[in-house]
Amino acid sequence: MFTVFLQFLFSGLTVGAVYALVGMGFNIIYNSTSIINMAQGEFVVIGGLLMWFFTESVKLPFFLAAGLTILSAGLVGLLMERLTIRPLKSADLLLMIMVTIAVSILMRGVLMFKFGKDPYTYAPFTEGEPFTVAGAVIQQQTLWVIGVTACCIVMLYIFFNKTMMGKAMRACAVDTTAAKLVGINVSRVVMISFVLSAMVGAIGGIAITPISLMEYDKGPMLAVKGFCAAIMGGLGRGRGAVIGGFAIGILESMTAGYLHSGMKDAVALVIMLAILFFRPAGLFGSVAMSRLRKF
Amino acid sequence: MLILKNVEVFYGKIHAVKHVSLHVRKGEIVALIGANGAGKTTLLSTISGLIRAGSGSIIYEGSEITNRNPDAIVKMGISHVPEGRHIFKTLTVEDNLLLGSYHRYSLKRSTLIKKDMEKMYSMFPILEKRNKQLAGTLSGGEQQMLAIGRALMAEPRLLILDEPGTGLAPTIVKEIFSHIVQLRDNHELTVLLVEQNARSALKIADSGYVIETGRIIVQGTAEELLSNRDVQRAYLGRDVDAEVKI
Repeated sequence: MFTVFLQFLFSGLTVGAVYALVGMGFNIIYNSTSIINMAQGEFVVIGGLLMWFFTESVKLPFFLAAGLTILSAGLVGLLMERLTIRPLKSADLLLMIMVTIAVSILMRGVLMFKFGKDPYTYAPFTEGEPFTVAGAVIQQQTLWVIGVTACCIVMLYIFFNKTMMGKAMRACAVDTTAAKLVGINVSRVVMISFVLSAMVGAIGGIAITPISLMEYDKGPMLAVKGFCAAIMGGLGRGRGAVIGGFAIGILESMTAGYLHSGMKDAVALVIMLAILFFRPAGLFGSVAMSRLRKF
Repeated sequence: MLILKNVEVFYGKIHAVKHVSLHVRKGEIVALIGANGAGKTTLLSTISGLIRAGSGSIIYEGSEITNRNPDAIVKMGISHVPEGRHIFKTLTVEDNLLLGSYHRYSLKRSTLIKKDMEKMYSMFPILEKRNKQLAGTLSGGEQQMLAIGRALMAEPRLLILDEPGTGLAPTIVKEIFSHIVQLRDNHELTVLLVEQNARSALKIADSGYVIETGRIIVQGTAEELLSNRDVQRAYLGRDVDAEVKI
């Protein structure tokens, strides 16, 4: 009984880690622009599929392939900001969000042309026997996913709290006028936020693909789940997205295991509705802060 | 040091600033006075690059800065403390000051910038006491000091102050003004000051301009403005003609 529970818990933590990364990606962009980037899920897909391309098709060694994948994803983020967000400048926020939806559809189209509709996978990071904990089987890749996510969280924390650039990005989120007045180039911060969140998404994709496979149209579902994670924790809160992501992952896997696997995808949406009805600022967001926000 | 020539600013169809020309000399405190909605804040924001000028030119230390981006203008040595303070509320006091030095920050200069922060702390000791606190939790006066400290961290030669006294107790306003005077006397800082309280602004100023519905209507030295009857009636709360002689 406990073994089964533990098994569900670990599979929940694994998907939860990716939701947390997607949720953080949402927050990075939201914090510096107030835009909800609906193409966030596609960054994860790009991560998985490009990693397959570099390792299986071009046969590059692992680290080089991972590095190239992350850089390419960053480049996609950069192009997205340069070509679709920047030209709009101070257009209506809702319009910008719709543009990100358009970009996500476009990206899916390109990915389908290049990779077709089949799911892809590649070897896990390390070969070897799975561990057993109290009877539950844990694949080595599961630990990699959780470990990589933890590393990302720590690195993002350091970036946003200890470096001047990170502080400047937070400053932009708090008060754009003041950020301009201290000499921060706000449009560069917006660009960096897109690059950074694309990279974070791609890292999630690289880590999860050996477990859950990756196909061209996985993006929207990942985006919805990651968005739920961000909403649950309070939009814009780094810590909130992490906790929200893991919570949704675990609840999802418990629902699939104990109730019905068909209800899995409904969980996140039910949680999101409940949060929006009863605690729109999220579990960790402050109501006062969310009232001051544009969106 | 700063010359405005025929500057015009529009908000859509609203003509907010009309043919304004003014001159700020090095080492002077220049006061800009006028009623609410006269266009003072708009004019200051145009100088610091937050708002585009419709026409006219702004010349700073001999070079044209009209419609440059705010970050370029900060680099040239103009720091703007905006109306309503605009501190970074969810960041610590220390980070607020540090971000003030953003345009000149590099790892090599970090010790130098640390020293400059010490200077700010000795000017405003209360900020040092609260340096790890979130800036949004400070009192109004402390927030104003922080906003000024942050602007000074950019090492400006021209400081633009928009209503530093709003909503503050008179003793705190006095303290802030005395710091401004000291900065002018000891560091040759040039200051362009907008203040609701016209009398206290003109008392520390060297010269002043009166702006009404987007137009400069009177200009002169601070003494001239203080003794100008129209200015007294409109902005200093004293109507000499209506006063009964005893």
